[in-house]
Formats: sequence, structure tokens, C-alpha cells
Amino acid sequence: MKQKIGKAGGLENGAGYLFILPWIIGFIAFTAIPFVALFYFSFTNYDLLSTPKWIGLDNFIRMFTTDEKFFTSLKVTFFYVLTAIPLRLIFALFIAMLLNMKIKFVGVYRTAFYVPSIIGGSVAVAVMWGQLFGLNGAVNGIIGAVTGTPPNVSWIANPDTALWTLILMAVWQFGSPMIIFLAGLKNIPESYYEAAVVDGANAFHRFVKITLPLLTPVILFNLVMQIIGGFMTFTQGLIITAGGPLDRTLFYQLYVYRQGFEFLDMGYAAALSCFLLLIVAVLTALVFKSSSSWVHYESKG
Amino acid sequence: MTRNSKFSMGKLMIQLLCVLIGIVSLYPLVWMVASSFKESSQVFVSAHSLIPRSWDFSNYTTGWRGFAGITFGTFFKNTIIIVCSVVTGTVVSCSLIAYGFARIPFRLKGFWFGTVMLTLLLPGQIVQIPQYIIFHKLGWVNTFLPLIVPAFFGSAFFIFLLLQFIRTIPYELDEAAKIDGCSRFGIFARVIMPLITPALVTAAIFEFYWSWDNFFGALIYLGKPQLYTISVALRLFADPSSGTDWSAMFAMATLSLIPPILIFFVFQRYIVEGISTTGLKG
Repeated sequence: MKQKIGKAGGLENGAGYLFILPWIIGFIAFTAIPFVALFYFSFTNYDLLSTPKWIGLDNFIRMFTTDEKFFTSLKVTFFYVLTAIPLRLIFALFIAMLLNMKIKFVGVYRTAFYVPSIIGGSVAVAVMWGQLFGLNGAVNGIIGAVTGTPPNVSWIANPDTALWTLILMAVWQFGSPMIIFLAGLKNIPESYYEAAVVDGANAFHRFVKITLPLLTPVILFNLVMQIIGGFMTFTQGLIITAGGPLDRTLFYQLYVYRQGFEFLDMGYAAALSCFLLLIVAVLTALVFKSSSSWVHYESKG
Repeated sequence: MTRNSKFSMGKLMIQLLCVLIGIVSLYPLVWMVASSFKESSQVFVSAHSLIPRSWDFSNYTTGWRGFAGITFGTFFKNTIIIVCSVVTGTVVSCSLIAYGFARIPFRLKGFWFGTVMLTLLLPGQIVQIPQYIIFHKLGWVNTFLPLIVPAFFGSAFFIFLLLQFIRTIPYELDEAAKIDGCSRFGIFARVIMPLITPALVTAAIFEFYWSWDNFFGALIYLGKPQLYTISVALRLFADPSSGTDWSAMFAMATLSLIPPILIFFVFQRYIVEGISTTGLKG
């Protein structure tokens, strides 16, 4: 047993377990048991009222053979994650670099840029966004004021643009990764840049050779958190577009919600969640695995 | 001289860029607040204008009336009850647990800490379906319990945050308190707790944000209008099929954003430091 022994000598099992008791109970009750139950229910047909009926692999077979909406929701979610997340991160990094310069009013700007993220998950903001991009919304009003004629299109009701308005909203909420990037940038010693300037490196070189490599651990962190969060997108899809038009914004979690709570098909919803778990686990593993080739850790010491 | 003027030109461009991004960031919110003061018939006429033609405060009284005979007073009260309970539960349980992991040697500590790290990477939404089934069986649906009780059993993120913070406190302080006759709990309550206050405030603020915004949980567990939180109420209020009074809707949406924004301005330092040191997502 390789335990760190306290200086007072010996293990303090009683005290230790007393302090972490809430965690043990909570972990078993709210994570471990539901986790096991998730796999069990995914093999059943269960409507919440009658007893669950074991149906083997039927839910999974249904997903891959007859359920077109399953593929639609997968496609929507992947498209969203692959566009919104890189755009948001690039934007966040760009703005963090802007705020890392010695300019006036930096505190004011940081606050202004961060506010959309702080309230970003709320229903109020989602409702507002939907109205901004509606047929008579402010966005069309602005375009009309600039060009003379407001476009006769509702951005959230048009199948070609609906998902893009949600992607735009995700980019608008760039604040949290921005703050993390900003902290990372502040950790890069000024002397590195000064030395590079002496060596005649231009701004682009300094960015590619110093900023990016030293920022890779922060990029990795942001990437993992944002990918996981991106697959869990729900509120926007339900409030702003209700999954429509033509299922173009039917996010995976929204589809799980519909199957589970609107159609009371709990077994199928559990199976869908199982598959989502697999996707997120594989993607996270891939990112971590690939990170050894692109994340640069400075040896500290 | 030319160098110098080029230099300030660059600064001016940066300032302009920042102002532009600031406008894009804040315009939607200002627009919403402005719309809450417009007459209902005017919200979508010259929609982009930020100044109401005439200031109409009645949207707030109309909106406050809510629906199904239940006012927004009830929705606010419900939200505040849930949020306060969740924040209290999180701060109390997570600080105890974090202290246990940070300072006390006990058997299988590595295993239990592994479970913390595991749930950190496991998105909670994955187990929503079985959790719902379990709470349904317990008869907790249509009560606040499913939203409140889990908070009293710790959450991996905040445990990790507080743990990291406790690790920065010198062990000698614990030793000194012990020699002075302090019990384990005494050390925790009198030495550690006061020293980790900044981290506790950060955790409390972020838990406030998450539970104030918690829409999915409220949506599935609170099926009766008298139990609704603001999130669920706003959603039903904005039901496209019932001919929404948008100015009243924006009035209530504006009210619902006041507490989070107020907290942001009061605790800005903790929020920015908290997010940059731990990477909490807002």
C-alpha cells in the first residue's frame, strides 16, 4: 500500500472517510448507479409506467438501421462542433492577444467581451437571439438600414441559415476560452519576445515560434472542454429553433430529450445516451493521444 | 516623427477594433433591454433601433403577471430557493471533501480520488435519463429535490478547484494548530476555511451561474407552473403558438439577467481569476 503517511504517523481512516463521506454517497447514488442503470435501460423497452422489457440489442439495431433522425442529429451535432468550436477558439485567441497588449481601457473591454458568456446559457439570451435573427428582427433591420431594403428572410426559420445563427451565437460567447487564453498569454515571459525582436523576428514569426507553442497546453484544455460542451448543446436548439427547420438544428441532446421526455421512450433514449458517451470518450481520447505530438510542455524547475 | 505617428495610428486602430467588438458583444443585450421599454407594437418596427420612441414601463407590470394566474414573483422565488440551496450545498460539501483529499491520509484514497477525476470528464448529461428514472421512482419529480439534493454531495469540479487551492497552504499551519490541540475538524474550520475563502467565493459564484441558468433540469423535473423557475417560465412565456407579447417577454428576460450581471460586476475579480486559473466554463 503506497499511501502517504501523515507526519503525525499512520493512516487516519476514520477522519478521512468522514470528510469524504458526502462524495462517496453522492458518487454511488448519482453517478455509479445511474451509470449502470443507463446500460441496463439501453437494452430495454421502457415507458416509465410499465415494467422495463428486455429487448436485447433492438434499440441499437433501430438506431443504425431505421432511425434517420438519429443520423440527422449526429450530422447536425458534428457539423456544429466542427465549425462553432474552432471558430470560437480562434476568435477567443485573437481577442485574448488583443487584450494582452498594453492598451487603454483594457479592463472595460475585457468586461464587455465577457458579459455575453456569463449569461450565455440562459433562456433569456436564447429567446433574445431568436428574435434578433427573426424575419422582423434587428439583424434584418440593420441590413435594411445599410443596404436600403431589409432582406425578406428569417434566419432562424430558413433551413440553410438556421444552424449558422446558432454557430454565430456560439462564437459570440467566446468569453470563457478567451479568459483562459489570456491567462496563458500572461504566463509567457516578456523576455522571449524581446530576444526574438533582437534576432529580427517579425510579428508573424513571434506568434508561430513563441506564442503558439507555449500556448498549446491551454489550447488542449480549451479544446477538450469545448468539444465535450459542444456535444451537450441543448438549450439553443430547443428555444431558438425547436430543432427545425427540417431538423437542421436537431442537436443530439435535443433528440435524446424528445425520445425520452416527449415520447417517453426511455429505453431508446438511454441507448442514444450510451452512443453519445462512446463518441465523447473516443474523441477525448483521440485529442489526448494526438496531444503528445503537438502540445509543448515546458519543463518546469 | 513618422515612426511615432505610425505607432499611434496602430494604437488607434486597436482601440477602434476593440470598440467594434465591444459593440457587437453588447448590442444584443442593449437591444433586449431597449425592447423591454418599447410599446409591443413597436418592437419589430424599425427593430434595430436602440431607443424606444416612447418609454413604456407597463411591459414590466404586464410581464410580471405571468401566466396561469401565477406571477413572476413565484418564478423568482422558486429560482432563488433552488439556487441558494444548491450554492450552500456545494460550498459546504465540496470544502469538506476537498479538505479530506488534500490533507488526510486514508486507505483507498487514490481510488476515491480517481472517481472524482472520472466524473470530471464525464458529462453529467449522459446519465440524465437513468437519473430521471431513479428520481421518478423515488417520487421526487415535481419537487425541488432532484435539483437541490445532489449539490449536497459534492461536485467534482469544485472539489478539484478547492483541492488545488488547499494544496497551496503550507502544511505547517495544520501542524501548529494540531499542537495547539485542534481536532481535525477544528483545523478545517479554523485554519483552512478562512484561508480558502477566495476559492469558496469563486465556487459559489460559478455554482450560482450554473444553477440560475439550469434549464434542462428544471424543464424535466418541474412539471407544474407553480414550481417553475424563471428559465422554464420564460420559455413557456415565449411560446410562439400563443402570440407572445414580446415587450413583456423582454421585460421579464431583462429582470432575469439582473442578478447574474450584478454578481458579475461585484465579484468580477473572483470570476476572472477563477476562470483563468481553473478553466471553468461560464
